[in-house]
Amino acid sequence: MADAMLGGLWGLVAGVAAFHWSNAVMMIVGGVLLYLGIKKGFEPLLLVPIGFGCILVNIPLAGLMDKGGFLRTIYDFGVITELFPLFIFIGIGAMTDFGPVLENPYTFLLGAAGQFGIFLTLLLALALGFPYLDAVTIGIIGACDGPTVIYVASQYAPHLLGPVSVAAYSYMSLVPVLQPPIMKMLTSKKEREVVMKTGQKTVSKMTKLLFPIVITIIGGLIAPHGLPLLATIMLGNFMKESGAVARLTKTSENELANIVTLLLAICIGATMSGPTFVQPTTIIILALGLLAICLDTVCGVLFGKILYVVTRGKINPLIGAAGISAFPMSARVVQREGQKYNKRSFLLMHAMGANAGGQVGSVMAAAVMLSVLKGMGII
Amino acid sequence: MMDKWTFGFTMLIVGMGGTIATLILFSLVMAGLKKVFPYKKGEDE
Repeated sequence: MADAMLGGLWGLVAGVAAFHWSNAVMMIVGGVLLYLGIKKGFEPLLLVPIGFGCILVNIPLAGLMDKGGFLRTIYDFGVITELFPLFIFIGIGAMTDFGPVLENPYTFLLGAAGQFGIFLTLLLALALGFPYLDAVTIGIIGACDGPTVIYVASQYAPHLLGPVSVAAYSYMSLVPVLQPPIMKMLTSKKEREVVMKTGQKTVSKMTKLLFPIVITIIGGLIAPHGLPLLATIMLGNFMKESGAVARLTKTSENELANIVTLLLAICIGATMSGPTFVQPTTIIILALGLLAICLDTVCGVLFGKILYVVTRGKINPLIGAAGISAFPMSARVVQREGQKYNKRSFLLMHAMGANAGGQVGSVMAAAVMLSVLKGMGII
Repeated sequence: MMDKWTFGFTMLIVGMGGTIATLILFSLVMAGLKKVFPYKKGEDE
């Protein structure tokens, strides 16, 4: 009888007894993410479920991420299989208007320049001693694109899924803070004040309709290993531009995107268990992720300066900063900064072009990376 | 297994080079498509 009573009582205190100091740290981290999401409005759709998942997984002995646990079941279904990021990409494609990049196809190049940070950070991660695939996963934070980061991490470095996802989503929401000082530092007053002409509409409906198909085929032939990423975003866009499947488009950009975002984010939070997350390498990864996005901005603006010289002052180098995948936030930052230096300067549509180019650029960079890895026999 | 610098610089040169080349190709193809299917005034109405 006494044994049974003691056993029963033990069942009620075992959770507290198993509580580790790192669980407490991570609960605070979860709380910070909730604060950033709710009070500060930083990517709340993501940070709120991530924060809550982080708190949940740091309650010991609950078994949420053990085999058969409810979070493990969702994680195995959608994260390990890479389905969740791909479903979200369908929604993103359905929400994105690639018209601005099609109006000025040269903005694809700005989208390319904005991906330099990925590869430079990869080199730095290798120099710091990270294994190859870990370095690739850390570098991909520079894609500034949540689904891309999760797609790569879940396949090639699932133990880094928590820190790289938190880094990617947190830094994306910090773009309005991170980019302006870099933009100012790298450009002269004269360059910042350039007024770019807004042209007439030049993109036909047929071009917009063919764009996703053409990009999928060409991109898929060049980088077949990354085709799932490319194809899903282009599928969403094709449905939107066709106008023939409005119900599917609406579902993709609303219900599908929202449901998958919730499940994915809570799974990301569920990987943030104290003993695995509270490591010195986590701080290094967060720092490298920040560096990746800063380097993206640096390279984008520098390429913008090259275009400024080549076009004899017709292109404002500030739009180079929008060549990252933080869509459409980065474009709005460029518009705001342009207005700050010259009230007559309306850079929004040009920056949206660069931003949409960055969206395609980040997906292509990841696709190319995966195909190069495959070609080298690393994966 | 190749050394890390071989791996890293291959990723940088082939990876970044491949990305730039692909996006240049995209920009050329889309510029071409715009010429083949020009915008007609009023087609949005």
